[in-house]
Amino acid sequence: MTELAATDPLPKPKRDIAPILLPIAVALVMIPLIGSPSTWLTLTAASLAMGMMIFIMASGLTLVFGLMDVLNFGHGAFIAVGAYVATLVLAPFATSLQVDSLWMNLAVLAPAALLSMAVSGALGLIVERVLILPVYGQHLKQILMTTGGLIVAEQTLYAVWGPQIIPTPLPTSLRGSFILGDVAIAKYRVLATLIGLAVFIAIQLVLNRTKLGLLIRAGVENREMVEALGYRIRRLFLGVFMTGSALAGLGGVMWALYREQVHASMSDDLTVLIFIVVIIGGLGSIGGCFIGAILVAMIANYGGFLVPKLALVSNILLMVAILMWRPRGLYAVTSR
Amino acid sequence: MTDLLKLSGVHTHIGRYHILQGIDLAVAQGQTTMLLGRNGAGKTTTLRTIMGLWQASSGEIRLAGERIESRATPDIARLGVGYVPESMAVFSDLTVKENLVLAARDGPLDDTQLDWIFGFFPALRRFWLSRAGSLSGGQKQMLSIARAIIEPRKLLLIDEPTKGLAPAIVMALIECLKEIKRKGATILMVEQNFFAARELGDDVLVMDNGTIVHRGEMAALAADVPLQERLLGLSLETHQ
Repeated sequence: MTELAATDPLPKPKRDIAPILLPIAVALVMIPLIGSPSTWLTLTAASLAMGMMIFIMASGLTLVFGLMDVLNFGHGAFIAVGAYVATLVLAPFATSLQVDSLWMNLAVLAPAALLSMAVSGALGLIVERVLILPVYGQHLKQILMTTGGLIVAEQTLYAVWGPQIIPTPLPTSLRGSFILGDVAIAKYRVLATLIGLAVFIAIQLVLNRTKLGLLIRAGVENREMVEALGYRIRRLFLGVFMTGSALAGLGGVMWALYREQVHASMSDDLTVLIFIVVIIGGLGSIGGCFIGAILVAMIANYGGFLVPKLALVSNILLMVAILMWRPRGLYAVTSR
Repeated sequence: MTDLLKLSGVHTHIGRYHILQGIDLAVAQGQTTMLLGRNGAGKTTTLRTIMGLWQASSGEIRLAGERIESRATPDIARLGVGYVPESMAVFSDLTVKENLVLAARDGPLDDTQLDWIFGFFPALRRFWLSRAGSLSGGQKQMLSIARAIIEPRKLLLIDEPTKGLAPAIVMALIECLKEIKRKGATILMVEQNFFAARELGDDVLVMDNGTIVHRGEMAALAADVPLQERLLGLSLETHQ
């Protein structure tokens, strides 16, 4: 037999660490600008917590974009529905949430979060089958259908629970802060950061250590070839869409607890942030989404502290800067 | 000899373009059939239509007697059809190993099969854990072919495997495909490299404007220079 490709050895693939270093660089640059180390630490912790919550909400959307090439402008509906489900489920358990016991609080909170994920995931199933399935490959129709779906979901929440803000009770054991010297870090932010990291690690493990993950990564890159290898990618689409919707629901629960309230249009502002994260991270890239979420949160927190007047446009400026540096996002996975 | 693949009156439209205009062809079991023709003749469309990547608008496609023209691509692949596209379409973000793990649909990689493949393509063993995107063009083509043969397939559809490769790599690839032939594979191959076509082909089909304009033995076409010039606009002799 012939030896093919007795070619020169390949250069070792370079690890692209520049995007990973970016949030670290931003944080370090902010130290002298903010001045007070304790304020810097508090803002950094707040950024990490906010970033993790945004990441959880955006991770599903980036996979849906990357794998399915679906422009889902209705992703915010899953966030709002998840938040409402948790708020409504937690309301009758207010007494248990007021007990100063972490385990007692979590015993109520965890099932509520799981139920929210289940409801959002089930809603995802309906949306994919009813709204998305007829418009695969038709971007304009996808935008119209999913935007319409979002409006219907929001208006349903208005119609059933009214326009008022509904308080979401934060469990007693998650109130207050950890005090480290003169630095105060809110307990809930620590929990949010840990959950965000756990979700990130879990997604990375699934994507990199399982055949399902291989299929998702391959499908993000070339759906047609995955089908030509004999895999029914439509089922994979549905699974990813439902998982993304469930994660959005979890993000909604966490955001509701963070803000201690829900309202029907709560996802409107978040949706803008989430789209910015997905775009600057690179469509379909979980790693890019993770870094993008932290950057967006950093800009919101540091920017809000340093130049409050720029808070509204700061994330747009961030997106412009990133796209000028890397036009397809921090980590380009798809060719789209 | 039994026909493994048979197309009868197949038409394919892509948008408003009528690409395949009534294709009739047969690929015999255990034979390598070359599909030749000028650019735009419809060769790639024929392979993609067989694979279900573009739906035939009319006509009949049979694989081992079973009609497949309205089946989805994954179902056709599961009937034992391996596809090597012109673009190679390796998953560049995945390692060589991960590309092959995905291709071995029904279970873990078979060590014997893997050793057989490494015999042709030692580079794949060397870069087993490297990202496929970092491979050279020739190595990507090897990976693409390896992916198609990692499990036994009834039929291999191969689209221009030598395109853009260095002559030394082309020669090695031809040897590899000959070895795959010797194992009894049935192959339908689009090829623009006439030398490769002559080396590998048992039968030949020539396409023009979405129809088959010639069918016969490859050796006969290779020996008939006027016919080559009439069908293809050039002769094999000028492409050695």
